[in-house]
Amino acid sequence: MPARGPAIRLLPRLDQDSGFFWTSGADGRLRFQRCHRCGSFVHPPAPRCPECLSEDVAPEVVSGRATVVAHTVNVHPWIPGSEPYVVGLVSIEEQESVRLTTNLIDVEPEEIRTGMPVEVVFEQHEDVYLPLFRPVRAVRSDRPGL
Amino acid sequence: MPTTAEPPLERRAVISGIGQSAVGRHLGRSDIDLTVEACLAAVADAGLTRDDIDGLATYPGMGAGTGGFAGPSSPEVQDALRLRLNWHDGGGEGPGQMRAVIAACLAVAAGLARHVLVYRTVSESTAQGSGGRPGIGGGGGSGGGVPRFSGFLQWSLPFGAVSAVNWLALVAERRMYEFSLTREQLGQIAINGRRNAADNPKAVYRDPMDLADYLDARMISTPLCLFDCDAPSDGSTAFVVSHRDYAPDAPRPACHVNAVGTALRGRASWDQFDDPTTMAARDAAASMWERTDLRPADVDVAQLYDGFSILAMVWLEALGFCGRGESGAFVEDGTAISRLGALPLNTAGGQLSGGRLHGFGLIHEACVQLRGEGGARQVFRRGGALPEVAAVSNGGGPIAGTLLLTRGTG
Repeated sequence: MPARGPAIRLLPRLDQDSGFFWTSGADGRLRFQRCHRCGSFVHPPAPRCPECLSEDVAPEVVSGRATVVAHTVNVHPWIPGSEPYVVGLVSIEEQESVRLTTNLIDVEPEEIRTGMPVEVVFEQHEDVYLPLFRPVRAVRSDRPGL
Repeated sequence: MPTTAEPPLERRAVISGIGQSAVGRHLGRSDIDLTVEACLAAVADAGLTRDDIDGLATYPGMGAGTGGFAGPSSPEVQDALRLRLNWHDGGGEGPGQMRAVIAACLAVAAGLARHVLVYRTVSESTAQGSGGRPGIGGGGGSGGGVPRFSGFLQWSLPFGAVSAVNWLALVAERRMYEFSLTREQLGQIAINGRRNAADNPKAVYRDPMDLADYLDARMISTPLCLFDCDAPSDGSTAFVVSHRDYAPDAPRPACHVNAVGTALRGRASWDQFDDPTTMAARDAAASMWERTDLRPADVDVAQLYDGFSILAMVWLEALGFCGRGESGAFVEDGTAISRLGALPLNTAGGQLSGGRLHGFGLIHEACVQLRGEGGARQVFRRGGALPEVAAVSNGGGPIAGTLLLTRGTG
């Protein structure tokens, strides 16, 4: 059975620093904070760029593409009602050092490979849009550039 | 680095006394009760009375974490024992659980106190009752009124990564990809611990376990199974950290602090750390070796943090007992880490079988071995001499601290 996430979602508090990240998916796009001086993506968001200390940082849209760094199938019933789900660690295409802990979905767990290309898909819970990732399929009609 | 001019200040400190309460599952005793038992044992072991104790430190204390994790706060223990203190400290931030021991060493070295009582108490087994081990944040919610999370937990909990086992399963899986680590190799950490626990009357799991038992255990979060995880336990461990001037007067051999490892050079994050196969263990271990002329080959016995089996593998490499990515081969048939091997490991059963005393059980066992009090589980150097040098590590992920102890002044 293709993996989904846990049955119940514990949600982040939307605060001044990371609120934009959790609501970014409202328009279907993933955003990370980026430094306009040195170009670094900054995650988790910070008041200044931790690399060059510039204050000129702001959310910026990214491709939503990433690669799998590691994954685990959680089997233990921490969360009532959940089938086994896949927790993945992914590295975003724009900057390898920026990683997200996420769920890998729409994939058989045994088909997941380290280095596999994945793309974001959002799952809305209340005012939060959780960025989950699924394998990049063949050419997609809504992405003429691919 | 500091070794050239003046010896590191922590070398002015010794562990002059050790004490441990009853240890077990579901003891049904309060954390302050366990703590007083351990503390009084440590003070007596050091040949002191409570009137001699002028310092107090704990990790973490004061309401940190979920049920049974924090142990009593240092003010509570001060009051329970009516201590008259010149220095006191507690908290959960720093180089692993042993931050309290390291702080005590520095307090003694700085002359803020002469005899510091240091304790770590857990009552997680009693606190969890029969409900099983909860995930962080309660593991799940139920609709309205569920608290939301900020800080570092917001980056993992929404995805059902609600336990450190999930975070460390990622480390283990990555190691399988990068270093061809196998479950059979990983299992050696658990099996070695169980074998040693058979000779530790206080260990929580003493029944024999072999590789087949390990491989058959139920999966928790792949590739980590039940036996890769320590079990919530109840118990308190205490030490007296004294100025080394006291060592000749101590009734038991003092364990000299040779060096501590405290560094955090990568990002303080479970998922953003530059090398997800090592994390902060790499930094803490490196900083310890920068403070001593002793080398990994000088270590006679190692007590390495195994709250999850994979962490002991990480520590074996971080401390230089084998090369990066080579810990799987190092433990392969269990010989090297056995009590007769090149590097006896977790000789009281570690946390996996000895009980989750959260780092302090490992420090305690290092002292037991250096003092020659291991009984049936005592390890010896080639030729039959007692071990001279013990390495201890605490922590996992972005949390790490290390301690190098010697039987003599080193």
